Amino acid sequence: MDLSRRDIFKIGGKLLLLASAGATLDEILGAAPPSEAYRMADHWWGMIIDIDKCIGCGSCVRACAQENQVPAGYFRTWVERYQVEEGKQPLVDSPNGAMDGFPPSKRTDLKSFFVPKLCNQCASSPCVQVCPVGATFVSPDGVVLVDEAYCVGCRYCVQACPYGCRYLHPQKRTVDKCTLCYHRITKGLTTACCENCPTGARQLVDFKNPKDPVHEFLRNNKVEVLKPYMATGAKVYYKDLDGAVR
Amino acid sequence: MVLVAGLAVFLIIRAVIVPKDFGEYGHYRAGALDMISARPVAYAGHEQCLQCHDSEAEAHGGGKHANVACETCHGPLAKHADDPTANVPKLPDVANLCRRCHEKDAAKPKGFPQVDTVAHSQGMLCNSCHQPHNPQL
Amino acid sequence: MLPGVNGYIYPNEVELQWGLLIVLYPYITGLVAGAFILASLERVFKVEAVRPTYRLALLTALSFLLVAPLPLQLHLGHPERSIEMYLTPHRSSAMAMFGFVYLWYLMVVLLLEIWLEYRADIVRLAQTTSGWQRLVYKLLTLGSENMSPEARRLDDKVSYIVTVIGIPSAFLLHGYVGFIFGSIKANPWWSTPLMPIVFLFSAMVSGIAAVLALYMAFMKVKNMPIDMSCLDTIAKYLFYTFVIDFSLEMLDLLHRTYEADESFRTLDFMVHTRLWGSQVILQICVGTLLPLALLAANQLWRFSESRRKAMYLAASLLTMMGIFAMRWNVVIGGQLFSKSFLGYTTYKVGFAAREGLLSALGLMALPFLIVVVLVKLLPPWEEGKASENVVG
Repeated sequence: MDLSRRDIFKIGGKLLLLASAGATLDEILGAAPPSEAYRMADHWWGMIIDIDKCIGCGSCVRACAQENQVPAGYFRTWVERYQVEEGKQPLVDSPNGAMDGFPPSKRTDLKSFFVPKLCNQCASSPCVQVCPVGATFVSPDGVVLVDEAYCVGCRYCVQACPYGCRYLHPQKRTVDKCTLCYHRITKGLTTACCENCPTGARQLVDFKNPKDPVHEFLRNNKVEVLKPYMATGAKVYYKDLDGAVR
Repeated sequence: MVLVAGLAVFLIIRAVIVPKDFGEYGHYRAGALDMISARPVAYAGHEQCLQCHDSEAEAHGGGKHANVACETCHGPLAKHADDPTANVPKLPDVANLCRRCHEKDAAKPKGFPQVDTVAHSQGMLCNSCHQPHNPQL
Repeated sequence: MLPGVNGYIYPNEVELQWGLLIVLYPYITGLVAGAFILASLERVFKVEAVRPTYRLALLTALSFLLVAPLPLQLHLGHPERSIEMYLTPHRSSAMAMFGFVYLWYLMVVLLLEIWLEYRADIVRLAQTTSGWQRLVYKLLTLGSENMSPEARRLDDKVSYIVTVIGIPSAFLLHGYVGFIFGSIKANPWWSTPLMPIVFLFSAMVSGIAAVLALYMAFMKVKNMPIDMSCLDTIAKYLFYTFVIDFSLEMLDLLHRTYEADESFRTLDFMVHTRLWGSQVILQICVGTLLPLALLAANQLWRFSESRRKAMYLAASLLTMMGIFAMRWNVVIGGQLFSKSFLGYTTYKVGFAAREGLLSALGLMALPFLIVVVLVKLLPPWEEGKASENVVG
């Protein structure tokens, strides 16, 4: 085939146009990292909760609902009140998840306290294990997330979670749960619940950060995760958790 | 033959439908991470508030509510931080707000300041006597 | 206080996630496995007596297997995405792997077996019918019209191999469903290694009972005589399988009661209150002990033919109801108590809702309609010769 200079320019020009169009398209459609400065590999997120500081005000529940548009009647986080009488099963309540705090405790003679609960961001998550399609997963920075564009809504994960932190979103018909405010923590903010906790009972922690207060917290305090015998690798640590807590 | 043909069709369908970024970090769509990170923020975070509200910050910083974030009482204000004049926040409902934390209850930690608000205030609003940003009298 | 809630439950536990349709699903797949095992009794274990029900058992299994995915599709939040289970199956998920077990069973075991068994008849029917019926049969031959003795011997040989593979496949089919529940450590009502085995044996029981009842029904409708030795043999196998199934369930109960671990108190209370009717009355007394008694009586004493027919029919219908109750108690029961072990919620079945009673009834009726069509299309018996070998 005999190519004239004109032909070469024509073909070359077309190729260049195609290449630049492709590059622009790639930039538009290509997956950009969550934030320029944020690198997933640098973080391993969790939370620490100090039971003795929680006053059961419910600010965390309200904040979470507002931040994440949580549907009414479902909870990404909630607070439980325990009233423990010797030799009996504990009396536990969580009126509307403690969205409006708690009504006054009727008994004033019992050991009572509040326990905030949320997704424990398990490292060996049983909910991730059972997802049939790969819609829920542990992110490289340790947050258990749900891909709502991929979830088929089978609710196997809801059954598999020992802590009751998942639910089916009534409108989206996919499973929803606490995301540890992933959209905030990847921008350098803290979670909505921790931001709004007035006593500092809840604190976001990053295990990979050597300067994070979590290391001293774990070293100096008696801590426990919920249902440790389930071996879920839970990353929410409670200080002074009473044995009565379920 | 039928089985082989079926398998071929299946593999072709698979190549077309499965999202390209599936499996990049694990058994999931890598794009989900971006989708979730891109969600809008409702609470600006107290550091944002301090950038403009100096006098309140000063009073607040020195008092008993120093560790209580602004939005805990004032609600989510990221919209206000983005465009202060267009989104003017409403003042908190004092009658219910303070009570939620400070109403005396057996389950609250003993050292936490709590009162029987009805007896304590005798019907007056809390901010009749207490300055919310620096509440100690 | 929330309606239907007693004690304390985690706030997200109020609604049940897996309802009536998810109860239906293991019931239907169970019938498939059970019917197939009955068919394999003749083919692999050479129990000649049950020959008259061989083809019917296969068609029954197929009818139910075709309907099995439907309750799941109605249940999913996004059924249009369900293909994802085949495209990106999560290998650690029993549910994902089950999709392939189902596909394998449908394509390689059931359809192949039925085709091989019926091939001679299909070819004959393709030649003797006309119009659209002829077209259907021609399609079903899949181009293979070789009727020579060697071809027929090959049919038999391959069919035998397929059945042999089919037995563990049937075990896998329903054992897997049991594993889907049994592997959930978060739920003490479900989490036991016995679960797949209990599911499998109860599946066999319900499948055998279904074929027994269907055989009697079809013979009645077609005005053909029932082969009593066949019926007696099926009833005998039903009895033995049921004894094993019941023993396994009682073992589970005994073990729980003896060990009395953390979950025992809450589960025990649940069985005594919310599950009393469905578990103790329906499943155990009316659905297990009564049919067992009816079947046991026939092992100990000889009754007249009409008496036996009545007892067998009653036993199989009660059994089918009892196994359904068992599925209900496992699936619904597992969600009625809170994982806090401090409270309970209630399950309200909708009527016309997507996962309601109407849908369930429709889905249960559908396989029976399909089997009627299949029996018409691929006749299991030559009219008037019910108890003879049908392979021409």
